[in-house]
Amino acid sequence: MKIRLPGRILMKMLTTLVSKPATNTNPYDATNIPSKYRGRIVYDSSTCIGCGICMRDCPTKSLRVENIGTKENKKFIMHYSLGRCIFCCQCVDSCPKKSLSQTRDFLLATTDSSDLEEIMR
Amino acid sequence: MSDNSSNRIVIPLGPQHPALKEPGSFTLTLEGEKVVNAVIGIGYNHRGLEKALESRTYIQNLYMIERICGICSHTHSVAYCQAIEEMCGVEIPMRAKYIRVIIAELERLHSHLLWLGVAAHEIGFDTLFMYAWRDREMVLDMLAELCGNRVNYGINTLGGVRRDIDDNDAHEIKKILRVLHNQISYYLELATNEPTLIARLADVGKLNHDDALKFGAVGPVARAAGIANDVRKIEPYAAYDEVPVNVITDDHGDVLGRTLVRVKEMLESISIIRYCLDNLPAGEILAKVPRKVPAGEMISRTEAPRGENIHYINSDGSDIPYRIRVRAPSEANWHGMKHMLEGSFLADVPIAIAAIDPCYSCTDRAIFVNSDNGESRLYDWKGLREYSIKWHRDRGLNIADIQIPMAKNYIQIQRKTND
Repeated sequence: MKIRLPGRILMKMLTTLVSKPATNTNPYDATNIPSKYRGRIVYDSSTCIGCGICMRDCPTKSLRVENIGTKENKKFIMHYSLGRCIFCCQCVDSCPKKSLSQTRDFLLATTDSSDLEEIMR
Repeated sequence: MSDNSSNRIVIPLGPQHPALKEPGSFTLTLEGEKVVNAVIGIGYNHRGLEKALESRTYIQNLYMIERICGICSHTHSVAYCQAIEEMCGVEIPMRAKYIRVIIAELERLHSHLLWLGVAAHEIGFDTLFMYAWRDREMVLDMLAELCGNRVNYGINTLGGVRRDIDDNDAHEIKKILRVLHNQISYYLELATNEPTLIARLADVGKLNHDDALKFGAVGPVARAAGIANDVRKIEPYAAYDEVPVNVITDDHGDVLGRTLVRVKEMLESISIIRYCLDNLPAGEILAKVPRKVPAGEMISRTEAPRGENIHYINSDGSDIPYRIRVRAPSEANWHGMKHMLEGSFLADVPIAIAAIDPCYSCTDRAIFVNSDNGESRLYDWKGLREYSIKWHRDRGLNIADIQIPMAKNYIQIQRKTND
């Protein structure tokens, strides 16, 4: 196989000398997260009816809805385990009242495992 | 180990990463440099997935099915979804079928580029490895843009797909495909003209036409032996009955043939994606599927990047499957491996193993085979547990004595020791 452009490698060398590093300083830099990226789930208790379909469809059992109000005056909270969640967002698709929604938040690493258990109100 | 009676040496290759980064053990009997006998041991990656699928609902299983294989996750979920859609008698929208085809072909592109890189690495051609994996990154970025994730896309659901492709996405894909087409054409030129590459790959891991039929090889391994076996053509699923598909075959029957088939298939995939984007029908992307699947059984076939993938689903009428059996393509290609290795040189073994693009964790199953009378049976959960307890007791270890600390206690113990 013959080399078609002998000067190509020289050009590449010169551009590499003046170009910036290809890596970025994650997480301080603006990262190009895809627009449809599935990150942390957020919950809106005002629209929730407590049907529990999210609990039934969650493949890793990372969601639990609880009624902290009375039988007549219901108030729901969501126990959300970030450690179990696989970020498939099936709960977002399943929710009939759209109380759950996905975010593009992915910086969830922590040194304390208790941070992974969230209560969403 | 050496056998003094004859001049033979037995070499254990693996189970730690013999060729790819997955476990499998190969016991090779050598006579000089030549392999005269090969015993293949798989099963190190058994995860009990089929059993786990029987304890989850059909919707929860969508995400478990995707995790059978990290590389061909889409093809598994397509096979699973179309079996259930067929059982429920649901016709999914045409647009969803086209999107499934686009993702499937993008997946084939990334799988073949990954293989090309691994194969190049095995033969010591690391420049090609870097090139192929750099190009694979573009495909993964495309998949992330379309589905939200680089692997385990989560785009399939029962009754269609979860994410739509808009004009902007289509434009971006076409732009990247143009770059990829140039790169892959260059790899094809390399595989057909580069003398060192041809000399290294020709006549390695030979499996001719008759042997490929005898051992039931599938996918690029069969197509490199001249068998035009492609589910996309012989039993079109999704939108493949409307999309023109050329089945790529080759008559080399060795690793060179498999390389040529895979590289040509990538060019074919690019033209399929372009056709689908140009002819993407308008309309809905999701049809409603009931939660409870009617009782019955169904077999579904798809063409994974590695070959034919078969799913069997048995439903008892509830929302949990009674039985799911997955025949991943690597499982079919393992049978010819002993034949490929025998008669080759020791230095050719890693590339011969890598050439079938084996996926170990897709394949591993717990089956008890009695070698005396050829009887075989599957273990159920209880039986497997009893067998495990007995196995440990025979070696003087009583599982009942072992106290496993709960995770929280364990962390407290760790903290105390740190203080």
